[in-house]
Amino acid sequence: MDLNLIWFVLLGVLLAGYAILDGFDLGVGMLHLLARGDAQRRTFIASVGPVWDGNEVWLVTFGGALFAAFPEAYATVFSGFYFVFMLVLVALIFRAISLDFRSKTESPAWRRTWDIGFCVSSTLATVLFGVGVGNAMVGVPLNTRGIYEGGFWNLLNPYSLAVGGLAVTMFLMHGAIYLHLKTTGSLQQRIYRWMWITYGAFVTMYLLVTVVTWITIPRATTPLASSPFAWAVAVVNLLAVLSIPYALYRDWSGRAFLASCLAVAALVLLLGLALFPNLVTSDPEPANSLTIYNAASSQKTLGIMLIVAGIGMPFVIAYTAIIYWVFRHRVEIEAKDHRA
Amino acid sequence: MDVVFLSRLQFAFTIMFHYLFPPLTIGLGIVLVFLEYRWLRTGDELYHRAAKFWTKMFGINFALGVATGIVMEFQFGTNWAVYSRYVGDVFGSALAAEGIFAFFLESGFLAVLLYGWDKVSRGFHFFATCMVALGSIFSSIWIVVANSWQQTPAGFQLVEHEINGHAFLRAEITDFWQMVFNPSTINRLVHVWLGAFILGAFFVMSISAWYVLKNRHREFAVRSFTGGLLLGTVAALAQLISGHFNADMVSHHQPAKLAAFEGHYETGEGGTALHLWGWPDDETRGVKGSVAIPGLLSMLVHQDLHTPVKGLDQLEEDYGRPPVWLSFQSYHLMIWLGMLFIASTLYACWCWWRGSLFSRRWLLWFFVFAVMLAFVANEVGWVAAEVGRQPWSVYPTPDGTGQLVGGLKTADSVSEVVRSEQVLGSIIMFGFIYFLLFVLWVFLLDRAIKQGPDREPVLEPPPVTGGEAAAAITARAAHVPPPFDPRNEAE
Repeated sequence: MDLNLIWFVLLGVLLAGYAILDGFDLGVGMLHLLARGDAQRRTFIASVGPVWDGNEVWLVTFGGALFAAFPEAYATVFSGFYFVFMLVLVALIFRAISLDFRSKTESPAWRRTWDIGFCVSSTLATVLFGVGVGNAMVGVPLNTRGIYEGGFWNLLNPYSLAVGGLAVTMFLMHGAIYLHLKTTGSLQQRIYRWMWITYGAFVTMYLLVTVVTWITIPRATTPLASSPFAWAVAVVNLLAVLSIPYALYRDWSGRAFLASCLAVAALVLLLGLALFPNLVTSDPEPANSLTIYNAASSQKTLGIMLIVAGIGMPFVIAYTAIIYWVFRHRVEIEAKDHRA
Repeated sequence: MDVVFLSRLQFAFTIMFHYLFPPLTIGLGIVLVFLEYRWLRTGDELYHRAAKFWTKMFGINFALGVATGIVMEFQFGTNWAVYSRYVGDVFGSALAAEGIFAFFLESGFLAVLLYGWDKVSRGFHFFATCMVALGSIFSSIWIVVANSWQQTPAGFQLVEHEINGHAFLRAEITDFWQMVFNPSTINRLVHVWLGAFILGAFFVMSISAWYVLKNRHREFAVRSFTGGLLLGTVAALAQLISGHFNADMVSHHQPAKLAAFEGHYETGEGGTALHLWGWPDDETRGVKGSVAIPGLLSMLVHQDLHTPVKGLDQLEEDYGRPPVWLSFQSYHLMIWLGMLFIASTLYACWCWWRGSLFSRRWLLWFFVFAVMLAFVANEVGWVAAEVGRQPWSVYPTPDGTGQLVGGLKTADSVSEVVRSEQVLGSIIMFGFIYFLLFVLWVFLLDRAIKQGPDREPVLEPPPVTGGEAAAAITARAAHVPPPFDPRNEAE
């Protein structure tokens, strides 16, 4: 295993961490407007309030690590998809502000504004991430220097939009299961129904995208033909997806959440396997692709960064665990209590 | 308008808006650690209330820092792709290290700080506060390392990298620690920290002075102000020393930047004067309306009154010429503000020692507004540092033979594929959003300040009629704190 491959895997770990963790709070955001009344909405916000910021750091660190390890890919993607990244920024800024500032005053109009802000920004961010993954799968036009040659509308192709839909349904389900873990009483019973509905929507999109991928992107399925590891990941993914309804049926919401995390992580792994060794796949000229070799920093830097990650990541995991432990309890908010 | 100009404008605008928040959270972080430590040690409820109040302030500023900070990380790629390709190996490493070492630490423990008052022990809350403060310090370390490397690159070499037969030069790390501790890192880091402490201190003093003037939360305000004053005085004095070391460092490594700071166009004969103020003019290559002290710049740079300091006439062929007027004015404004901070804090200390501080209303009013000057000082310091670096995004360094190598021009750093109308569009977008954020920031700070540190009881007026009304009014009047008596404040 060379350093380039290790960094490809580490980026996958960061992305999977982001998808699992921010995935549920994006899902909570998309479901937010379904909560009835101020107490329920405060419950939703409070369920993610202490953790969403840390969850988003996985994305920020993914960006930093991509810059450090594969600067060519970072530069090509960020400058090529200029408008998309500006939209992502708008979504992330409004999301941060909505979450942090909603409870600062008691005015209903103020709170309604940030309720809408939280929902719309979460949805927009999720769709954009999904469309991004879709384009990574189908490939984008690059010139021989590895610079993006398309426009904005190239990115909104049907396949990528379908992956956007998959991302939305997946995070809706993931968020609903998380909320079920964090709530009590009649609200929890409503959320129980949402879990089933969002699961149904997710499976529909999952099947659709899987079939279309199988038919239209042969490159993505070739690893399955050669690598038993790829098969194992695909099987784990399938088992995780299938075990969710069983856990829901038995009312094991903790296990359902774990299964949902596993399904998300396995999908990110499958994405990595489909792309490998490309970071940015060129289509229609595959030879122009940016790979983990031609887009990488020097071996020395990759080695230094591995030491940095080796020192830093155990700490990150330790205090992530501490924070989740401190805030492990269900959220209960009385209707008359206006703080929080 | 060309894409280089617009991208620079956007970067300047977004970084200057972002930089309202990080120095404030670094400065306040230290304050919070102190307050919680005192609370832990003494059990004094006033420290608890103070810690809670300043934590609320910290939270508002931190949220905006996060929201505007992610823009910066994206922008290197979106607008400065050529730069990113050139420096990714070096600069990207520092950014990634910031994410791993600083952001997780800050954002994780911030949750305990804001939401954990009733969930964790006092000791753990104090620990979380220390971790957040440490996280913001770590963050500043890696960002200043990255930026200092652009100013005074070290520990790298230029290597030809190839993609599909296209070969191009880029910077690669040869010595990580030389890169981290490049010639300007430590000087600039100390300068940034002291600037942050000054801002944190002036922020605390501003709000406390206002409470004293309004005669509200008196004990809290007097103690907060005194603590802020102490921090502010020490930091302002230390900043003078740090400033001198920085100017000295710039004179060695970025001589054209120093010449621009000083409006020093022509080398001339004999000692070089130091302009106290003035109006640099590129046409006449001189500083109009200037008051200058003869020989002082030579003294500061060469420790000799008569050795001339190199002017732009000798430097601009190799280094290019930074925008002189903007470099000069932002640099001088920073220094004058620094002097004002020293003078005002020392004077306030003297008044405090004499026991007359809290009766000098004009001085308290000065400190209510001086926080804005502290913001300005932090901003113009960075304007001077970044504008003075032009026309380079990565400053060139002399190789063994004295030839300047390794530089990257700002004009050559922008993305290959981004067009000016795209950047114009995103500038307008950021303009709208940041205007909204600015209004929100002021509104929320104002609200939190008016609420104050006390959990004030909700006074619901009893239903009163006739004679009862007068009694109720008298009863409530008895709850109004007695007017502040300055003679008592020395206690």
